[in-house]
Amino acid sequence: MHELAVCQGLIDQVEQVARAQRGQRVERIDISVGPLSGVEPQLLQQAFPLAAAGSLAEGAQLCIETAPVRVYCDDCGQESDAAATRLVCRHCGNWRTRLLSGDELLLTRVEIIREQAYV
Amino acid sequence: MCDTCGCNVTHGNRHLLAPGGKLSRVGGQGNAISVLKGLLSENDHAAAHNREHFDRHGVLALNLMSSPGAGKTALLEASLERLQARYRVAVIEGDLETENDAQRIRAKGVQAVQIVTGTACHLDAHMVHKALHQIDLDAIDILFIENVGNLVCPASFDLGQHRNVTLLSVPEGDDKPSKYPVMFRASDLVAVTKVDLLPVLDEFSVVRAVENVRALANAAPVLELSVRREESLHAWLDWLDRQVAQHRASCERGETLRPSIQPDGARLHGLAV
Repeated sequence: MHELAVCQGLIDQVEQVARAQRGQRVERIDISVGPLSGVEPQLLQQAFPLAAAGSLAEGAQLCIETAPVRVYCDDCGQESDAAATRLVCRHCGNWRTRLLSGDELLLTRVEIIREQAYV
Repeated sequence: MCDTCGCNVTHGNRHLLAPGGKLSRVGGQGNAISVLKGLLSENDHAAAHNREHFDRHGVLALNLMSSPGAGKTALLEASLERLQARYRVAVIEGDLETENDAQRIRAKGVQAVQIVTGTACHLDAHMVHKALHQIDLDAIDILFIENVGNLVCPASFDLGQHRNVTLLSVPEGDDKPSKYPVMFRASDLVAVTKVDLLPVLDEFSVVRAVENVRALANAAPVLELSVRREESLHAWLDWLDRQVAQHRASCERGETLRPSIQPDGARLHGLAV
């Protein structure tokens, strides 16, 4: 599906970060993905080698952290865990909640390799 | 866009910065760089750019989404004649192949730009930007962007629209909001279409469909529409009137109207109002 397009966006970002830091190669990429981001971690993992081929991130390890779905209830003021299809307050049953976490699609960390400068 | 003042720290990622969190142990070796950026920030930048264009020219942009065959083009066809009495309208059509939909819109005397995506299952902000070069924004009041028929992928890409409209046709079943929560959570209006079929497809319950939308913490209006029943379209046209008025008012205040739910990237960039 659209995971390849998302992966290409990820590689662009990672390359920008690596170049700004004068990295020669990217070793590891950490991202945070929530169930409500609309992106499937497993498909992202499969698309990654295709999108990374020929880039500074070729051969890099992609580590995906899955963010939990959590909501805040405006009525009773409490936070609770929720399912992606049922964002209601666990405490009072109110559906008018705000999402605290679960829709993330974030690049959080990049590990790069810098070549030593020889004099 | 800011990694210094903390405006990109949200409830969802704060734990990463706490002692022991992923971002707190960076440093020392100099080869790990902490970033906190939406994966789609390239798209989000282009979307923000599109939205600025729309606002500068006073154009309300609506993103129409649904599964294939839910009746997006039919709803536009039925609305255009009535809308044209009050507004100048243009349509961007997104499809994997063919100009069929654009031709249907043009037959109503309305400008339509077809984006043929090839294999891409969604429109993105860059495709819309390119299509905008063919439209004179000063000559229109409303731009409909008919997304590729798909309840999954279009939900993840901001196009620069002001409102998301999602269609759910009666033959699809009333549990679609639960099956596709990402899209239905982000809808500013849910239109149950083909309601003239309710008497024969009585397993579809509008009440259940509404309950499934509310379970996603979405308070958006749910309208019952049929292009075969003219009177059912009044609520949809009234809703459009209200959005045009809201958009004008927010432009006058120098603010930007946005869909009620934003993809994470836009929030991180401090763009959300």
